[in-house]
Amino acid sequence: MPSDYAIETRDLRKFFGSVHAVDGVDLRVPQGTVLGLLGPNGAGKTTAVRILTTLLEPDGGSARVAGLDVVKDQDELRSRIGLAGQYAAVDENLKGRENLEMVGRLYHLGGGVARRRAGELLAQFDLLDAQDRLVRTYSGGMRRRLDLAAALVARPPVLFLDEPTTGLDPRSRLSLWETIEEAVAGGTTVLLTTQYLDEADRLADSIAVIDHGRVIAEGTSDDLKGRVGGDRLELTLEDPSQCSASIEVLAPMADERPTTHDGVVIVPLLHKHGSIAEAVRRLDERGVAIEDIALRRPTLDDVFLNLTGHAAEEREGEEQQEEAAA
Amino acid sequence: MSGLAYVVSDTAVIARRNILRIPRQPDLLVSFTIQPIMFLLLFAYVFGGAIKTPGFDYKDFLVPGIVAQSMTFGGFVTAIGLSDDLRKGLIDRFRSLPMARSAVLAGRTLADVATNALQLALLVIVGLIIGFSFHTSAPKVIGGMLLMLLFGYAFSWVFAFVALHSSSAESAQALGFIVIFPITFASSAFVPTASMPDGLKAFAENNPFSTVVDALRSLWLGTPAGNDVWGAVAWSVGIAVVFSVLAVRGYRRAVAK
Repeated sequence: MPSDYAIETRDLRKFFGSVHAVDGVDLRVPQGTVLGLLGPNGAGKTTAVRILTTLLEPDGGSARVAGLDVVKDQDELRSRIGLAGQYAAVDENLKGRENLEMVGRLYHLGGGVARRRAGELLAQFDLLDAQDRLVRTYSGGMRRRLDLAAALVARPPVLFLDEPTTGLDPRSRLSLWETIEEAVAGGTTVLLTTQYLDEADRLADSIAVIDHGRVIAEGTSDDLKGRVGGDRLELTLEDPSQCSASIEVLAPMADERPTTHDGVVIVPLLHKHGSIAEAVRRLDERGVAIEDIALRRPTLDDVFLNLTGHAAEEREGEEQQEEAAA
Repeated sequence: MSGLAYVVSDTAVIARRNILRIPRQPDLLVSFTIQPIMFLLLFAYVFGGAIKTPGFDYKDFLVPGIVAQSMTFGGFVTAIGLSDDLRKGLIDRFRSLPMARSAVLAGRTLADVATNALQLALLVIVGLIIGFSFHTSAPKVIGGMLLMLLFGYAFSWVFAFVALHSSSAESAQALGFIVIFPITFASSAFVPTASMPDGLKAFAENNPFSTVVDALRSLWLGTPAGNDVWGAVAWSVGIAVVFSVLAVRGYRRAVAK
């Protein structure tokens, strides 16, 4: 019988030639929660989503979504899921409304229901004014909203969002985040892939970090940040040539040797309490003037760097390799 | 609804979507309306005076040839549409929906029947204006039109196959033209085969495209048919069957990545 998990995978695998795109992934997403699948380009996020939405068959392992097997029950499963992809799969030569009505008909909602549902979604996603315009005249943000609306036409219990904000400007991203938050507030289970750490931080209840087709860390955003260790102090000096002097002065406060990065002195702290005052006092005694000082908690960027040894967003080339291998 | 009813309704939804798109792509609209008319006028007035067609007015001889050739090209709407849908993720969207999977290709090729019908009507009208005339009964004229739509439908599957095996819409189009131009020209479509050198003549006389053109001439002009009409139907059905199987296989391959 249905488990408590809306999405459950066991040792999921997919190979493209010699590339192990998904290499033994175990995921469990409780109903009504949002899982962020976080990883760089080419980590296997999209391949995992394609398997879970029945677009690809796995080469090994098993997966159940909404209690249904992604291979054996795929026909039934498709009526219970919604997919919004990173390439905004809406028809640009149809009008906004026509796109949603077509998707409704293909979910077999029936003409009247499909029309009504399209109207509701256009209103909810602030697209009523644009409903009779061809989608090719839409902005990037509007297309993503329409794509998300299309994924929600059948009110699916499980929703897959594959890099929903990739390529959007910051303002459109923020507004799409709000839209996603509203859309999933009703208890929808969501699997969200992203390479943006702030996105996972904001939208996801728990996060699975994926790299080279494997899950390398799992937990809440706070759990993951806790793993990287404590807080740190970041200082910008008025005279950058004093950086090395300041490292000597601040070293007693640090649990690792302070470093400089782009002219910013970074001090991993032994104790957070009173650290700003102490740093100011120590530097003042040595006549080092401070332009800016901040206490910073580790971000998911730090988590990623710590877990994988490389930054999260520097490997643009690999996705293309994965696509070419496919 | 039953499974089969869903196949029919899903195919209709996809076909409707593809037809809706056409007037919104003016470049596409031009290439399958203006282009064949231009061909018809160029042949009729540039070459027409120089080509001897014993027993026929050249315009009567030419119109069935141009119409049949246009039907082969009609499928490029499918090639362009399919390449586009694959590249832009529409096919993924369709495949994630609980719709009949066969409806994507079936709806795509079915929409071409509508564009081919429009093309056919335009060519016949312009043909009649410049002096073409039917020499047979209405049922035969209509039979000829239905044969053309069947023949065009078969070539939609050829183009679907080509599109699913090439990297872009442009290369699908180029490949289609490299194959289709020689086949349609080395035939009885534009000049009597008797005027050709021996080797080419043998090819042209056995070219299935000649069979289709000769069948249309017999239905529209009343020329002796022989087995041409049934031969043309058989070729059309055969091409549709073979290339639909190949296209479905290509589709499965194209989406499995």
